Amino acid sequence: MFSYVLRRLLAAVPIALGVSMVCFGLVYLAPGDPVQTLLPPDADAETVAQLKRLYGLDRPLAVQYLSWLGRVLSGDFGRSIATGRPVAEEIARSLGNTVLLAGLSVVVAFSVAFALGTIAGRRAGSWLDRCVTGVAVVGVSVPNYWLGIVLVIVFAVEMMALPASGMAGDGFDPTSWEHLKHLVLPVITLSMIPVGIIARTTRSAVSEVMNQEFVTTLRANGLPEWRVLRHALKNALPPVLAVMGLQFGTLMGGSILVETVFSWPGSGFLLSKAILTRDVPVLQGTILVLALIFVLTNLAVDLVQSSVDPRIRRA
Amino acid sequence: MQPLVEVEDLSVDFVTRESRVRAVNGVSFSMMPGEVMCMLGESGSGKSVTMRALMRLLPPKRSEIGGRIRIAGQDVLAMDDRALRRMRGGVVSMIFQEPMTAFDPVVRVGDQIAEVVAQHRGVSRREGLRRALELFDLVRIPSAERRLQAYPHELSGGLRQRAMIALALSCEPKLLLADEPTTALDATVQIQVLILLRSLQRELGMSVVFVTHDLGVAAEIADRVAIMYAGRIVETGSVREVLRSPLHPYTSGLLGSTVHDQPRDRALETIPGAPPDMRALPPGCSFAPRCPQALGECASGPPPAVSPAPGRVARCLRVAAPQQPEYA
Repeated sequence: MFSYVLRRLLAAVPIALGVSMVCFGLVYLAPGDPVQTLLPPDADAETVAQLKRLYGLDRPLAVQYLSWLGRVLSGDFGRSIATGRPVAEEIARSLGNTVLLAGLSVVVAFSVAFALGTIAGRRAGSWLDRCVTGVAVVGVSVPNYWLGIVLVIVFAVEMMALPASGMAGDGFDPTSWEHLKHLVLPVITLSMIPVGIIARTTRSAVSEVMNQEFVTTLRANGLPEWRVLRHALKNALPPVLAVMGLQFGTLMGGSILVETVFSWPGSGFLLSKAILTRDVPVLQGTILVLALIFVLTNLAVDLVQSSVDPRIRRA
Repeated sequence: MQPLVEVEDLSVDFVTRESRVRAVNGVSFSMMPGEVMCMLGESGSGKSVTMRALMRLLPPKRSEIGGRIRIAGQDVLAMDDRALRRMRGGVVSMIFQEPMTAFDPVVRVGDQIAEVVAQHRGVSRREGLRRALELFDLVRIPSAERRLQAYPHELSGGLRQRAMIALALSCEPKLLLADEPTTALDATVQIQVLILLRSLQRELGMSVVFVTHDLGVAAEIADRVAIMYAGRIVETGSVREVLRSPLHPYTSGLLGSTVHDQPRDRALETIPGAPPDMRALPPGCSFAPRCPQALGECASGPPPAVSPAPGRVARCLRVAAPQQPEYA
């Protein structure tokens, strides 16, 4: 078990390297550079060159990458070009907010979708099943930034019931309604797609399990239907957990648009700012950390899966 | 003594929006307590469906059961969910063909048995586990204590089937339905499981319905046999009589096509043709198109059940015919 975890963590190293290289390369392929956003448009060539030298942007790409990598390995992510603050500090501040938002969205999505999917899967082919499938398709199809804007217009602008953007302040206090209120709209928006995907997965897993022979055995032994369902759900859980983990990973990195719509000070928001200002150190650091989180999430899902289903014990 | 099982004119239809197929058609039999009956027949002849109908395990929306089923004095078809749950596992229980898929793969075998015991007897899980240990000893599973902790995939096929038998016997049913319990096992393990079932039946005095297509198994374990063909019982009688002097041509065909007691250089006799399509049965005797002794009248209507001797019933026009006085 311990060696399995260790091996998986070691396997994350080449993944992280690959991700950082691709990201480094892509930033330089894109037009524009950070110096242009820092200086006025009419800055003379001498100033531009000076600034480039200051940030090490005049060196060959490979050298820049290796020196960046060397510093990262010693825990130094560099400084943001846009704000001048250490990148590690920026990431630490925003990542917590994103984990809060993405985590809550996935938990909400899982609860709703697992219930919906179970109802549909037990009665595959019924009108209830078709309703749930319809909801799932809508959930997956609606672009979430659009949904976010609509929700803001309805609940924040028209009804003035919920705040449109931001957090209530630095840090998060789960007992304060003021803090929770700011989460409602972003969580609904972000959980829509995962609801659709997880509901579909649950539905097919449950309906498959309900057709297995052991369900007949359970009934043939006089177990009441809720106990039969409990057995079935335990069997249906592993694939659903896998999808849920992937969704969490996607939300961690992929909520750029939604965080921007709600001005949620998370890593997506940070990334979008960094992209617009060509803030390479921030981009690099954030993407690297997100990639590692993705790997860790999948590892966690695998471990939970094997604790549910003994047949996939990892050794 | 009252019969334990009385089945009268049982029919099972599978219904979909487009079609309706009668899988079991006018099956009647009764069993005394402690009696062992074998149901013999080819795949698709309705043996398993009959078994599942006895416990009402067929999907209620896609199937319709007709006729009468009484088990231990109770009308099975009139039971509500609660009575049905009490009957299933408590009075009647079933062993399935494929022990690999018949257990929940993600729950320990011992816990699955304990759950059923706890459900029927209203005892704690711990008490249920103690009962499971007793049962594992009863079905002769070695190192029972350790095996209770095993997941189904960690047991061999033979042990899994023994565990399945333990589960079925957990609440001391009066009737055990064994649906081809040895078909999926290795030949050596088959015999062990068969011997185990026979000795348990004697020890516990249960009635057993044993579904099989293996005549050897039937001869080994049964008091009585019922031969099924195309959803009907075409012949019943004691094992001895049926195997020694079959009445129905289909039974004779089955006996002729076994490997046992045949000279090795002779080619096996088989029954010509194939089992009929249940969606389009011939109007008369379903076996007539394959029957070497078919008469003209065989195609006119289903032959009635006739009883030429006490305890023997066959559905064949030939049997009732006077030119066979030895059965009169």
